[in-house]
Amino acid sequence: MNAPLAIDVTGLSKQFGAMRVVDGLNLAVPRGQICGFLGGNGSGKTTTMRLLCGLLTPDAGGGTCLGRDIRRDAVRLRREIGYMTQRFGLYADLTVAENLLFVARMYALPTPEARVADMLARVGLHDRARQLAAELSGGWKQRLSLAACMLHTPKLLLLDEPTAGVDAKARREFWDQIVDMAADGMTVLVSTHYMDEAERCDRIVYMASGRLIVQGQAHELVARSGLSAYEASGPGLTGLVRRARGMAGVESATIIGGALRAVGTDEALLAAAAAGLAAPGVIWRPSPPRLDDVFLHLLRNEAPSP
Amino acid sequence: MTAFSLARFWAMLGKEWLEMRRDRGTVMLTMLLPIIQLFLFGYAINTNPHHLPTGLIAADPSRYERGIIQALTNTDYFNVRRYANEATMDEALRRGVIMFALKIPPDFARAVDRGESPDVLMEVDATDPTAVGAATAALEAIVPGAITRDLPVRLRFPPPPAFRITIHDRYNPGQVTALNIVPGLIGTILTFSTLVFMAMAITRERETGTMETLLAMPVTPIEVMLGKIVPYIGLGYAQATLILLVAYFIFDVPIAGSLPLLVLCLGVFIACNLALGFTFSSLARTQMQAQQLAQFVLLPSLLLSGFLFPFAGMPRWARIIGEGLPLTHIVRICRGVLLKGNGLRDVTPDLWPMALFALLVGVVAVRTYRTTLD
Ligand SMILES: Nc1ncnc2c1ncn2[C@@H]1O[C@H](COP(=O)(O)OP(=O)(O)O)[C@@H](O)[C@H]1O
Ligand SMILES: [Mg+2]
Repeated sequence: MNAPLAIDVTGLSKQFGAMRVVDGLNLAVPRGQICGFLGGNGSGKTTTMRLLCGLLTPDAGGGTCLGRDIRRDAVRLRREIGYMTQRFGLYADLTVAENLLFVARMYALPTPEARVADMLARVGLHDRARQLAAELSGGWKQRLSLAACMLHTPKLLLLDEPTAGVDAKARREFWDQIVDMAADGMTVLVSTHYMDEAERCDRIVYMASGRLIVQGQAHELVARSGLSAYEASGPGLTGLVRRARGMAGVESATIIGGALRAVGTDEALLAAAAAGLAAPGVIWRPSPPRLDDVFLHLLRNEAPSP
Repeated sequence: MTAFSLARFWAMLGKEWLEMRRDRGTVMLTMLLPIIQLFLFGYAINTNPHHLPTGLIAADPSRYERGIIQALTNTDYFNVRRYANEATMDEALRRGVIMFALKIPPDFARAVDRGESPDVLMEVDATDPTAVGAATAALEAIVPGAITRDLPVRLRFPPPPAFRITIHDRYNPGQVTALNIVPGLIGTILTFSTLVFMAMAITRERETGTMETLLAMPVTPIEVMLGKIVPYIGLGYAQATLILLVAYFIFDVPIAGSLPLLVLCLGVFIACNLALGFTFSSLARTQMQAQQLAQFVLLPSLLLSGFLFPFAGMPRWARIIGEGLPLTHIVRICRGVLLKGNGLRDVTPDLWPMALFALLVGVVAVRTYRTTLD
């Protein structure tokens, strides 16, 4: 199976009760890409991943992962997909090595012990092989989960908020590993709320209320957003920020890194607002819009999540 | 900080109340279980059972027979039915179809008429002493006077005992309660361990989040089910062995029948519990719920199986429910095999309902198991 798209679904829909959690989703991810999956809480990211690996049955729509139909071929698909659940999904009362060995045997890998030893070394869990999973800290737990879903060298990796609640160093190392694997041709769909992680992706998909809102490379999203930003530095910014929020053309105003950042969709209105907010010693400068401006803008403008 | 703050106490109470209200299922069950218990204890359980099935064989037809049957019936303790030969009546007693077997010897009428006070043998299934105790007492008090008015006039005054009843306690001659309870306990303990543990096996995985990982792996339902069930079969047998050892060496429970037969029957019984437990496990969303579902089977099983209270004393509806519970059958089989030496043919009437139960519930278990999270 060598379809050019690792994920190719159309009209994917899933409803829980009366709530349409995934609503006519079209998603196409080329092989070998790292695709960042973004969206507010409850926007349907987890549900989408579960649909993609056959853990949930779509109410409507469908398509393929790795060229296999997600409805009919779910069982065979599971051998080729690695899925890391949002919540820690391994056995707390087994040790690191025991957990991995169990998973290796589940996939009927030819030499499970060797495979596990290999993986332990690769993700740096070697010293903790005999530790109970329950006793691992958040960062190590995530690493163990990643190791578990990569043991069978899947062609498609679905990672559901793999770095939530993990410190910056562990996050960095985790991502180095993901990028490393993608270089070997693995396709990765990874949901995250972190901008620095989103920026490391080949492509970003943004979801809201079960629908795909925008997708593309990070710089494309910024360019297409039509946002402008101004930054002010100087004294008395805390007083200024409250005034800025009431001005026409200012969609958001917040103090970041000692500067007041105002963002809006109308360049002219925003410039006028900046001029109106002049104060002694305060200097306003136009600033290039950033990815987080884009996502905050998207989050603000979507229907309130249920 | 004060030692006791009424405000904090109220806050605590309020929070508990909110949590209780959210957990409707549990609250409903805590209300429902005592109601069920009350009805079962109030209406179903009777430690002084009447209308016990009684077999009768008369070697020769005699005019006293009708009087004896009448007298037995009048006590309200005995429901008499006739048997054609001793072999079938013995078998009926062994299988628990009848609890008393009355044998009127040859030449009974002539011996009575001659004033010889002949012996009549009443065999009693003493497996469960409480079930037959009161009836046996009534027997001794009432029956010999029963045929007085049929006697030839010369024998009526002064009335010697027209005949004597010899009571022969079978299977548990000392009427030791432990001999009845301990074999019954085997099934009861197995129900606790296998049913309750199994009911939580899948729910635990779902609650802790490991089920999602498991389902995302290429594992088939049958592998998961067997993988979950087999350890509990082992556990069940280990437990049964332990109980049997203690029963034999400490409580002097005899092993009159065949152990392999008992092992086979216990296997079927364990299968019943595991199938039921697995079904509960698939239905329940939390371990708490799974346990409560198990409670719903445990309670009637304890009360209606004949383990604690005589089965014969229960009203018809309770016996019908009882027949549907695997514990009822395994209690009978354990008592039958251990105390009465019952063989395969004797236990078949209790073996096939269990097998059917295991099969039907097994199908339900397979059907309710989900390979997705839908
Ligand atoms: N099994 C389920 N039953 C009912 N509602 C669900 C279920 N799974 C998810 N939801 C609801 O669907 C919405 C989307 O959930 P999810 O896919 O987890 O979003 P995300 O991962 O983007 O935060 C949420 O509002 C959630 O409460
Ligand atoms: Mg999620």
